[in-house]
Amino acid sequence: MSKPIATTRSATGIPTGRLAVWWVIASEIVIFGGLLASYIMHRLGHPEFGDYAAHTNTWIGAFNTLVLLSSSLSAVLAHQAAERKDGERAAKLLGLTMLGGLTFACVKAAEWTMEISSGFTLTTNAFWSFYYTAAGLHALHVIGGVVIMGFVARDAAQGKELQRVELIGNYWHFVDVVWIFLFPLLYIAK
Amino acid sequence: MSHAHHQEGWVKKYLWSTDHKIIGFQYLFTGMAMALLGGFFAYAFRMQLGFPGKSVPGYGLVSPNEYNALVTNHGTIMIFWFAMPVLIAAFGNFLIPLMIGCDDMVFPRLNRLSYQIFLLSALILIASFFVPGGAFGGAWTAYPPLSAKHQYSLTPAGATFWLLAVALEFVAFLMGGINFVTTVMNSRAPGMKWHQIPVVIWMIVVASIVFMASVGPLVAGAVMLLFDQQFGTGFYDPVRGGDPILWQHLFWFFGHPEVYVVLLPAIGIVIDVIAVFARKKVFAYKTVLYTAFATGILSFFVWAQHQFVAGIDPRMANVFTATTVLISVPIAEMIFVTIATLYGGSIRLTTPMLWALAFVAEFLIGGVTGIYLGSSGSDIYFHDTYFVLAHFHYTFVPIAVIGSFAGVTYWFPKMFGKMLDEKLGKLHFWATIIPFNFIFIPLFITGAAGDHRRIHDYSRFPDLARADLQNLRAIATVATVCMLVAQVIFFFNFFKSMKSGKRAGNNPWNANTLEWSAASPPPHGNFEVLPTVYRGPYEYSAPGRESDFWPQDEPPDGEVEPAQEAAE
Repeated sequence: MSKPIATTRSATGIPTGRLAVWWVIASEIVIFGGLLASYIMHRLGHPEFGDYAAHTNTWIGAFNTLVLLSSSLSAVLAHQAAERKDGERAAKLLGLTMLGGLTFACVKAAEWTMEISSGFTLTTNAFWSFYYTAAGLHALHVIGGVVIMGFVARDAAQGKELQRVELIGNYWHFVDVVWIFLFPLLYIAK
Repeated sequence: MSHAHHQEGWVKKYLWSTDHKIIGFQYLFTGMAMALLGGFFAYAFRMQLGFPGKSVPGYGLVSPNEYNALVTNHGTIMIFWFAMPVLIAAFGNFLIPLMIGCDDMVFPRLNRLSYQIFLLSALILIASFFVPGGAFGGAWTAYPPLSAKHQYSLTPAGATFWLLAVALEFVAFLMGGINFVTTVMNSRAPGMKWHQIPVVIWMIVVASIVFMASVGPLVAGAVMLLFDQQFGTGFYDPVRGGDPILWQHLFWFFGHPEVYVVLLPAIGIVIDVIAVFARKKVFAYKTVLYTAFATGILSFFVWAQHQFVAGIDPRMANVFTATTVLISVPIAEMIFVTIATLYGGSIRLTTPMLWALAFVAEFLIGGVTGIYLGSSGSDIYFHDTYFVLAHFHYTFVPIAVIGSFAGVTYWFPKMFGKMLDEKLGKLHFWATIIPFNFIFIPLFITGAAGDHRRIHDYSRFPDLARADLQNLRAIATVATVCMLVAQVIFFFNFFKSMKSGKRAGNNPWNANTLEWSAASPPPHGNFEVLPTVYRGPYEYSAPGRESDFWPQDEPPDGEVEPAQEAAE
C-alpha cells in the first residue's frame, strides 16, 4: 500500500512525526500532572506522609536518577548520529539507552521487593498508594519506551526511518523529566 | 479479473480499512447504534417515572437497581458513545481530509487502531449488563464512595467494567485527537491558510485539544478509582487518608471542558450549514475563531460550579460563579454570529437548515437556564433537581441530536452519493423537535417544584407524589416515546435514500468547501487531482460574480490550473 500524500505534506514546516510526539507528550503531561497534583494536595493536608516517606530508600532512588539521566545522554548522541545518517552508530547508542532503562526497571523491581517484604504495600496507607501508583505508571512508561526504542533501533541499524531516533529520544527525555518530579516528591520530601 | 487490485474482501474494506471515510462511517454507525441503546434506556426509565410500578412493554418491571443502572448508562452512552463518536470522530474523520484537500489522515493505521479500541470499549460497556450484580448504577459521574466500594454500589464487576470502558474510550479519543490536530496542522492543501480552514474543522481541532488537555487528570483519577475498587487502596476513602472530593475535582476538571468538547463541533456544523443555506459569508469568521479559543481556555476554570453543595469553600464558589457566568459570553457571541449570518441572507429552508436553526433556538433555552445554575445562590436550591436535568438536556440534545442531524442531513449526499428525501426529512424534523420540547419543559416545572433526580418512585415522598406533578411526569414520558418513535422516519429515510435516492452529483448544495469538488461518494484517495486553495470557505454571493458561490479551489480568472503536486 502506497503512503497517502497526506503523510508527506508539512504545511507548518515541522515534520509530522515530531508534531505528533509533542502532542503525545502534552497529553501525558496532564496525566502525570493530575496524579502529582492530587498527591501534592494530599501531602499538604497530611504532614504524616513525611514519616511514611522516611521509609523510602533515597540512595536507591538517587542511583536510579543517575542511571536514567545518563541514559538520556546516549539518546542525544544517537540523535546526533542519525542526523549524520549514521544509522548503525545511532542503533548502538540507542542500545545503551535501552540498557539504562532496563537497569532502572531492575533496580526498581528489587527496591519494591524489599519494600513489600518490609510490609509497605499498595494498600498500607494513602502515601504508599500514591508511591506505587505514580512510580508504577512511570515505570510502565520506561518499559514501553525501551520496547519502542528496540523497534526504532532495529530500523535505524538498516538505515531506515532515521527521523524516529529523534522522536523516541524526545519521549525518553519526557520520561526523565517525570522522574525528576517524582524523585524529590516521593523520596526526598520527608 | 481485470479489476483484481480493486476487489478487496468485505472485511478488509469495511472492518480493517485505514481509509478515513470508512473509519468515519464505522464511528457513525457505532454511534447511531449506541444512541438507539441509550434511547431505549431512556424509554424504560421514563416509563417507570411516568407510570410507576407498571410493567414496561418491551422491558418489563424496572427494579430500583435496574433503574439506577439504566439512568447511569443512558448518560454515559449518550455522551461518550454517541455525542463524541458522531460529532468528533465520525465527522472529524470523514470531513477533515476532504475539507482540507488531502487524501487521508497523517496516521491512517493509528486511526484504525483508535476505532478498534473504541469498539472494544463499547463492547465492554454492553457486557457490563451481563455480569453478576448487573451494570453500574452510580450515575455517569461515578462519585466515590458509591463507585469505589462494591458494598455500596452492589455492582462489584459492573462498576469496574464501566470504568474500564470509559478509560478505553478516552484512549481511543486521545489517539484520534492527536491524528486530527496533526493532520490539520500539516496536511492542508497548498494555498490553504489558517483563516481559510472551514469553521467546523477548526472547532473539531479546538475540541480535540481541549479534550487532550482536560482528560489526563481523569485518566489518573480512573486508575486510582480502579485501584480503590479492585485492590483496596484508599485514594477516595477519608477513613484511610484519602478524599472523596478529589474525584469530583478530577472528574469535573474533565467533565466541564467535555461539554465544550462536544458543543464546539456541533456549533461548527451549524455555522457551516447556516452560511451555505443563507448564501452569505459567515459573519466575523476570525472572531468566531478567537471566541472558540477563549471558550476552550475558559472551560478549564469553571469546573467547581458542579460542586457548590459539595462542601467547597464558599469564597471559591464565588470565583467559580464568576467564571461560569463569564463563559456564557463567548457562547452567546457564537449564537449572535449565527443570527448575524442569517440577517439579510437569502435563506433556504432545507432539512439541514431547519436542524441548524433549531439548534440556535433550542440551545438558547439551555444556555439561559444555565445562568441560574451557574450562580451558586440559586444553584443551592436547584441542585440535583429536574431543573438541572432539563437544563443540560436543552444543551446536550441540541448538541448531540440536533447537531448530528444537521451534519448528517447536510453531508449525506457526499457520504453516499444520494439525496435524502426532503419531505420525510422535514416530517422527521418536526416529529423530533415538538416532542423534545414536550419532554423537557414539563421537567423544568417539576424541577422548580422540587422534584429530585435519581428517584425511582415518588410515592414515598408525599410532597412530590402529587397528581399535578405526576401528570407533568407522564407528559414527559409520552413525549419521550413520541420522540423515539419519530426516529423510525429517519432510519427509513436514511437507508431508503442510500439505496434509491436521487443521485446527488458533486455539489448539490452549491457549497464552496473542498469536499464538494470531490466525487460523491469520494473514491479512495478522495480527489482526482488534489486541490489548491485560492480563497476562504465562505465566499457566497460575492459582488460582481454571476453565480452566488465561489469554490475554494476554483482558480481566479485568467489563471490556469496548476500542475499536480508532482514533487510530493
